[in-house]
Amino acid sequence: MSKYTEDDLREELKTKEYEYGFYTDIESDTFPIGLNEDIVKAISLKKEEPVWMTEWRLEAFRAWQEMEEPDWANVNYAKPDFQSIAYYSAPKSVDPNKTLDDVDPDLLAMYKKLGISVDEQKKMNNVAMDIVVDSVSVATTFKKTLSEKGIIFMSISEAIKEHPELVKKYLGTIVPQKDNYYAALNSAVFSDGSFCYIPKGVRCPMELSTYFRINQGGTGQFERTLLVADEGSYVSYLEGCTAPSRDENQLHAAVVELIAMDDAEIKYSTVQNWFPGNAEGKGGVYNFVTKRGLCEKNAKISWTQVETGSAVTWKYPSCILKGDNSVGEFYSIAVTNNYQQADTGTKMIHLGKNTKSTIISKGISAGKSQNSYRGLVQIGSRADNARNFSQCDSLLMGNACGAHTFPYIEAKNKTAQIEHEATTSKIGEDQIFYCNQRGIDTEKAIALIVNGFSKDVLNKLPMEFAVEAQKLLEISLEGSVG
Amino acid sequence: MLKINNLHASVEDKAILKGINLEVKPGEVHAIMGPNGSGKSTLSSVIAGKEEYEVTDGEIFFDEENIEELSAEERAHKGIFLSFQYPVEIPGVSVTNFIKTAINETRKAKGLPDMPANEMLKLIREKSELLEIDRKFLSRSLNQGFSGGEKKRNEIFQMAMLEPKLAILDETDSGLDIDALRIVASGVNKLKSKDNAVVLITHYQRLLDYIVPDFVHVLYNGRIVKSGGKELAHELEEKGYDWIKEEVNA
Repeated sequence: MSKYTEDDLREELKTKEYEYGFYTDIESDTFPIGLNEDIVKAISLKKEEPVWMTEWRLEAFRAWQEMEEPDWANVNYAKPDFQSIAYYSAPKSVDPNKTLDDVDPDLLAMYKKLGISVDEQKKMNNVAMDIVVDSVSVATTFKKTLSEKGIIFMSISEAIKEHPELVKKYLGTIVPQKDNYYAALNSAVFSDGSFCYIPKGVRCPMELSTYFRINQGGTGQFERTLLVADEGSYVSYLEGCTAPSRDENQLHAAVVELIAMDDAEIKYSTVQNWFPGNAEGKGGVYNFVTKRGLCEKNAKISWTQVETGSAVTWKYPSCILKGDNSVGEFYSIAVTNNYQQADTGTKMIHLGKNTKSTIISKGISAGKSQNSYRGLVQIGSRADNARNFSQCDSLLMGNACGAHTFPYIEAKNKTAQIEHEATTSKIGEDQIFYCNQRGIDTEKAIALIVNGFSKDVLNKLPMEFAVEAQKLLEISLEGSVG
Repeated sequence: MLKINNLHASVEDKAILKGINLEVKPGEVHAIMGPNGSGKSTLSSVIAGKEEYEVTDGEIFFDEENIEELSAEERAHKGIFLSFQYPVEIPGVSVTNFIKTAINETRKAKGLPDMPANEMLKLIREKSELLEIDRKFLSRSLNQGFSGGEKKRNEIFQMAMLEPKLAILDETDSGLDIDALRIVASGVNKLKSKDNAVVLITHYQRLLDYIVPDFVHVLYNGRIVKSGGKELAHELEEKGYDWIKEEVNA
């Protein structure tokens, strides 16, 4: 086939004179813009998915069409035009002529501050890598260790092909297709993501994704993650990267589902650093994420997140504490600067007896940004002796930013114990002067104060990640106090 | 070491210091006394380089260098230390972490590498013993939930760690009971040498029983109206400040 343009494709889609098969002819790796059933089918086909998966996506799409974009969050932005987005593009390939010299120097300067290796930098900018024996062998060794323990860890596209029974059984059970507007959209068009299954009684011997970063490249804007920890197993999963991600896709809508069966434990840590827009508030990623986990008996799920990026963040990692004695935790640091807006928090749904949840949220606002904590603690009628402790602290820098706390509490059981503490403080000139007087300049003083403020959450991150995250906080707030 | 000529300073356009002259040489201890509102704390803030205070006239020389254009941290790097009357809290930052940062930032400014951890620990051990500080205290958040005495002792601990050339102690005695006062004062005395100098800013003579000054200055209405030896402090203790005010206003 000589030349097949998007216009040709659009024409074909319009006239609908085709069968599934014609897509194999397409040479272009990006679909035409817009979203309809045919696009959804085409995505599924491109990924060589089984019929049940295609149907599942279509069901989601039909639901999505009937839904409305939510507007209750404390954020203001121009609603995306969903018909002006391309919903599939193949992973970017390595350009053999590109070197790091071609990469934005600002970006490189930030990598340097974060201490990101040259190889990693190349990977993130689609620059061809030299063959590094070390990292290859490390990856191979770990892959072997995982498979020996029966752990499945692969992209969700691969999993749909290789372990359809598992994916089919669990996908959408925690975040149903129709859960919310963005989740429905994700279900219809998700590009890729990770799948992980930890067998009964297995303790995953490493932080997953530290070495693989399989969810780094080419997963695109609609990421889907499904993580199943079978009875008595343990896994710690790291998502994201402290390195700034610049993506031309403005809209990101990911879905993460966690299942912790009886006596299992999942630790899920995220560092989100999508492009926040420039200092004038132009550009920047809209990040609308649905993350939810289910805890069976004696199970535990911990969400830890460090959110520094995105122009708009809408994200509430939640726990359904279904099993008796199950535990849910949410530790969050959300930083907003310039014109960023974040509306983030959690939902702790207590259904089982003796369930416990802890929420520690640290919001840091600078510039002209708005930072909201929104959290729901719900105690069901059968959840005897449920306990929750919530602490929401806000730190303000300057006079033009805002911090908001929206706690919702619904208790249907008299034995529930719910505690909520909230504080708001401002980095004072007195604190800065005190540090200055001891020889600490203002920039460093802010970093020190912010790190102190965030310590309770930073401590929950795996060691390596914590150090990176700490640096990231400093960089995110650079220049925010004059 | 410190030479102040005809210093005028104001905050929010209100003149507070109205022509201060003061010279402090290495090895000396000066006490600056005066009634409330006379400008004592302003003087210490201006020397330390607090931005809200505007120097409208006069000069401050430190080691023969005019420091007017230097930021507060640059002055600190040169060896000026201010013990605060009201030390601020920094939640989540331990005393150890804070002082470590202060020392390493000062070293960085001098082109030195970070102090090795073992040296730092040794120094911390040494200085905390000197000031009878419980080591558990050092892992607490800076000044958070500290008693008045603990806050002041922490200030002197930091001074001991940073080893400044010039230490200005702003109302270090306020809020201290007698035992704490003795510990703080003996700490300051142990740190005194022929190469450094101390300026004590105080309302009462009490502290001067423990740290004996070479010179006493009385600050009133933004000016040093009387200077003398340590006996001047006793006179003030006996007679109060009214006779000074009368003398000035006469």
